[in-house]
Amino acid sequence: MSEVYGIMAEFKSPHDIYEAAGQLRAAGYDCSKKWDAYTPFPVHGIEKQMGIGRSHVPWIVLAGGITGFTTGVLITWYMNGFDYPLVVGGKPYWSMIYPFPVFYELTILFSAFGAFFGQFLTNGLPRPHHEVFNSEQFERASDNAFFILIESAHPLFDEQRTREQLARAGGFNIHLVNK
Amino acid sequence: MAHANDDSLRDRPAILAKVQPLTTLPRKPLVLNNREFHWITEKICRIVEDPAPTWWWVCFLVSASISIFLGIGLLWLVSTGVGVWGLRPPTFWGWDIVNFVWWIGIGHAGTLISAILCLLRQKWRTAINRSAEAMTIFAVMCAGIFPLFHVGRIWLAWWLFPIPISEATWPNFHSPLEWDVFAVSTYFTVSVLFWYMGMIPDLGTLRDRAVKTWRKYFYGILAMGWRNSVRHWNNYEMAYLILAGLSTPLVLSVHTVVSFDFAAGIIPGWHTTIFPPYFVAGAIFSGFGMVLTLVLPLRTMFKLHDLITQHHIDCMCKIILATGSMVGYAYAMEFYIAWYGGNIYEGFTFINRAFGQYGWAYWIMISCNVISPQLFWFRKVRENTALVFIIMLFVNCGMWFERFVIIVTSLANDFLPSSWGYYSPSIVDIFTFFGTMGFFSTLFLLFVRFLPMLPIAEVKHVTPAADPHYHPEPDTAYAAAPAAVGAGKGGRR
Repeated sequence: MSEVYGIMAEFKSPHDIYEAAGQLRAAGYDCSKKWDAYTPFPVHGIEKQMGIGRSHVPWIVLAGGITGFTTGVLITWYMNGFDYPLVVGGKPYWSMIYPFPVFYELTILFSAFGAFFGQFLTNGLPRPHHEVFNSEQFERASDNAFFILIESAHPLFDEQRTREQLARAGGFNIHLVNK
Repeated sequence: MAHANDDSLRDRPAILAKVQPLTTLPRKPLVLNNREFHWITEKICRIVEDPAPTWWWVCFLVSASISIFLGIGLLWLVSTGVGVWGLRPPTFWGWDIVNFVWWIGIGHAGTLISAILCLLRQKWRTAINRSAEAMTIFAVMCAGIFPLFHVGRIWLAWWLFPIPISEATWPNFHSPLEWDVFAVSTYFTVSVLFWYMGMIPDLGTLRDRAVKTWRKYFYGILAMGWRNSVRHWNNYEMAYLILAGLSTPLVLSVHTVVSFDFAAGIIPGWHTTIFPPYFVAGAIFSGFGMVLTLVLPLRTMFKLHDLITQHHIDCMCKIILATGSMVGYAYAMEFYIAWYGGNIYEGFTFINRAFGQYGWAYWIMISCNVISPQLFWFRKVRENTALVFIIMLFVNCGMWFERFVIIVTSLANDFLPSSWGYYSPSIVDIFTFFGTMGFFSTLFLLFVRFLPMLPIAEVKHVTPAADPHYHPEPDTAYAAAPAAVGAGKGGRR
């Protein structure tokens, strides 16, 4: 007999899961990561209902952008202005002006790396397996089903009471998910 | 805790309470026939899951055979030298650069749809953005082949990048050609990241539906363990929005830098400041031409009429009309400035373009790019899919001729009549270009077969039922138009 990972409930529609997320939060399930909602597409506003804050991805993007710009400045200066100075068309060996397209593109490139890898980093991906996949129902979460899962590790978790709370919030098909 | 009705009232613009409109104008539905979420999943996943239809195999074999010409052309070039192309004095940029600019321009519509229309909250983009982004990537791959092989000794092409080499020299960052290396490689990389990241939730859907083991592994690895969690979506949407924000200045810069390759030169007809905006408008114009060329047959073959609706085609036709008119304006303005600027070489170049030895190419360009899209003023034309498809072929063709006219006429007849010449492509040029068409189609057909062609999650998201404030049986007139006035957007901004 394997251990219980959490209790999962299904909801009928984006509207129902949106309302349920708010109700559960009001019932004390705060923004701690021990519960989560699963929707086949982003349901706007539900993250506020659950108390999830703003994503941290922008900071990673900013770091990427600064790195990219600095890289552009440094490589053009080192290569054309310092290591192998070259007169082309009577222009200065190096200035902030002429290689600007290079700074610009590298800023965008590294910012995009920041956004892309930042998304993986903040989401903890890649992670091929996760306990929620143990639920046989869960395959429909990427199709048309809406789920809320409350982990047994949540301080408020109590099998009987959590079940009731999920049912009161409009959940059905309430089932245990094993570790 | 918010109540749904309060929320939708709060999102309603205050002005509506004052002016009290008699009725609300509902937006056109983006998915017809009130399709359910499951229907959308089935429809899009089945394209990948069902056995390949016969027509797919026919197209695939034909495309793959055509792409052999690319191999022949390139092998011929590498084993002999760049001299096998039709480049002769004074024309050292010919079909290769024409094809480069043409292919890269085509790519721009994909980024426009995925990035700029995303920032402008044009929800109709969802039905076409995935295939348009795929088109971008494959078009940039085709584009890259030409300058890469034009360097002559392809095995030294890595000298373009700032990597230490034995001669201890470095790339010359004064040159727009070097900027192009950065612009195009950044463009390709960011387009791939954007495309792949947008696909992750849908790859998760394919993984969850997979029955065969290889499919479970293939899509499982690609989906990276995506779980559709709200926490995932929160970070994902932020990253997606930022990538859209980054791709917007990127796409505008790429064709700007491409146009610098010309505008920074002193050749008459190239040395103009109108080039960056003119090239970008032309790129979007040609790119939408290619999007429709690809999407219209797929829509028919896979019966996607509920997802790619007449409204989508209408919107694209209008963008083509707008950008086509901008391109037409640029042609006229170039002529005007050539006269007004008073430079005799510039003046001659433009008269020569229209009436000189390449006049035929100029008039093909004008009729395809300026005249044919003007038909889209008429609703009847926009609603006639076959006609739209034919006009798109004209647009694709016209934009190729635009680049030919710009590049070849200026070089073939520059300052000194004693150095003039007439450029024509060699058989190797023709093989290589023809081959890229096959290469592009092959990649696109493989994409259609193995990856979700339409963004499943995003299409579901634009249906009215996806709105958390949606009520199937509305109790007020306002609620009858749930897509209007950004209802349900409250959480994001």
